[in-house]
Amino acid sequence: MDYTIFMVMIGSSLVGCVSGALGSFAVLRKQSLLGDAISHAALPGIALAFLITMAKSPMIFMAGAMIAGWIGTMLVMAIVRHTVIKEDAALGMILSVFFGFGLVLLTLIQRLPTANKSGLTHYLFGSAATLLLEDVKAMCLMGVVTLAGLFLFWKEFKLFTFDKDYATALGFPVKRIELILTLLTVTAIVMGLQTVGVILMSAMIIAPAAAARQWTDRLWLMVVLSAVFGAVSGLSGALLSGFVAQLPTGPTIVLIMSAIVLISLLFAPNRGMIWEWFQRRQETKLLRQKLMEKHKS
Amino acid sequence: MTPQLEIIITACIVSTACVIPGVFLILRRVALMSDAISHAILMGIVIMFFIVKDLHSPLLMIGAVATGILTVLLTEWIIQSKRLKEDAAIGLVFPVFFSIGVILISRYAGNIHLDQDAVLLGEIAFAPFNRFLFLGRDLGPVAMWSMGAILVMNLGLLLLFYKELKLATFDKALAATVGFSPVLLYYGLMTTVSITAVGAFDAVGSILVVALMITPPSTAYLLTDRLSRMIVLSVLIGIASAVSGYVMASLLDASIAGSIATMTGAAFLIALFFSPKQGLLTTYLRSKHQKTDFASKMLLVQLMVHEDQQEDFETTVTHMVHHMDWSIKFSKKIARYSVEKGYITRNQDQLFLTPLGREVARAAIVH
Repeated sequence: MDYTIFMVMIGSSLVGCVSGALGSFAVLRKQSLLGDAISHAALPGIALAFLITMAKSPMIFMAGAMIAGWIGTMLVMAIVRHTVIKEDAALGMILSVFFGFGLVLLTLIQRLPTANKSGLTHYLFGSAATLLLEDVKAMCLMGVVTLAGLFLFWKEFKLFTFDKDYATALGFPVKRIELILTLLTVTAIVMGLQTVGVILMSAMIIAPAAAARQWTDRLWLMVVLSAVFGAVSGLSGALLSGFVAQLPTGPTIVLIMSAIVLISLLFAPNRGMIWEWFQRRQETKLLRQKLMEKHKS
Repeated sequence: MTPQLEIIITACIVSTACVIPGVFLILRRVALMSDAISHAILMGIVIMFFIVKDLHSPLLMIGAVATGILTVLLTEWIIQSKRLKEDAAIGLVFPVFFSIGVILISRYAGNIHLDQDAVLLGEIAFAPFNRFLFLGRDLGPVAMWSMGAILVMNLGLLLLFYKELKLATFDKALAATVGFSPVLLYYGLMTTVSITAVGAFDAVGSILVVALMITPPSTAYLLTDRLSRMIVLSVLIGIASAVSGYVMASLLDASIAGSIATMTGAAFLIALFFSPKQGLLTTYLRSKHQKTDFASKMLLVQLMVHEDQQEDFETTVTHMVHHMDWSIKFSKKIARYSVEKGYITRNQDQLFLTPLGREVARAAIVH
């Protein structure tokens, strides 16, 4: 098999899997759009990391992205806590201002005489085809760390997500739990930036979890399903874009994920719309039959 | 007009046109719909382009606005189905449209000047190249005129429906009772947002649209809580950001749209710290001052109570450390503050109430 396609397949399914798993918590905590803000906020971090080190290493870029994404998240939280401004506006501001600042830095970098700078714009729209072994290695490391963190703090995250007050009352360090969960989410997002790009990364966080939510009410099942949906979309998106010419990977993955969401919204047992409609029709039929029988007797 | 001046004027017009619907977006807590709409319109533009094969056709705009409204409709439909929460619904719909747009461009658009970079990042520096010719006369850049028209429309709608918008924003139930349909107004607002985003996209890019729609109104919200003042302030902050952003961009030779977005953020940061009512720094200083003032009043009361007694010890700074459980440093600071205010006079370690101090102490007890 083609080496490039192989790398892209591994990278994309990894990104789908990890962002799917972490996305479950974001969706359940009604913080889906934080992912959008984090991924946009990462851009100036990547640019600054390059400007400071002048090196093109995925690890350094990801470190810069993580720091910037982290600062953005903290700013959103601080603005919401201390001012009249609501979360939606805070997210929108961080997203657009950080991204704008990132653009300024990117244009500055493009004016630099160094030749070694082309890789940076890949983070804007994602460019899975340029994934190298080095990148995939870095992504693997981040993925393992993220999933291990999820596994390690499973009980705490679960309690925190569903009943924050109870967690506080039990004496759990709620603030620290939130910090770790946010850190893991930032890691998951930064991991996927090179593959799907800043703009579509939020869909990677939201879509698999939104689909998984329709099939189950159990957290562990939702997280597993979400990770599977993410990985399957990543894998099939990478394959499709590998064999069809001029088909960008990121958008293809997002469309496959969205198709899974649509199917889930319509057909999932209990929660699906078609399912509900069918159920209701059965009930009406049954009721009518009973009434008829009563009428006869 | 020089190209520089044309760019600055266009930037100011774009910023004013964006800020007006933006105020209502943030007050209604749907700020992120501007993000969703400004990305989703890519699909409408691309599809319409394939139909009419002309990048300057007004049909492109209609396609884009239709996509914007479709985004809102689909998002609302998902929310109302109660299967997903609002945040997830917003975050699901626009990536689909954006992805379709990107795929269509990379598969079929080939070499024409239509790429996702242009939509997303925009390049207002190119605005002066596209001239508006009318009866053989050069009237300036097209972007200036098209955004000018959108600005006039936004201003007109604002003036016409100011009362209705205000009522529907702050009291939905009352608006519905009185007979204004909040749903109709909501979709009207979203249509305006779509039109503005579409008009601005090729001039400044969708990210600057989001920055201009959300950040100056949020900054103004930190400075006032009257709607009319908030609108005027937002417009002024938007214009200031546009001008200073342009200056910054030309000094650094960097992206103009990015610089303007950065400047809106800088304005917000200043307001965040120094806003007279809600600024982080001002509230910190105020609470600190209140603490000093309260402690000073406690000292005055203490001095008044012990005024008739002959024990000198009760009225010394040293005693405050023991009695009030204050640190030496804090006691000295409070004594200095009280002297400055003219509440007490000080003789070495001894403190004496002035007539003013006695009055303040009495007032403090009564309250």
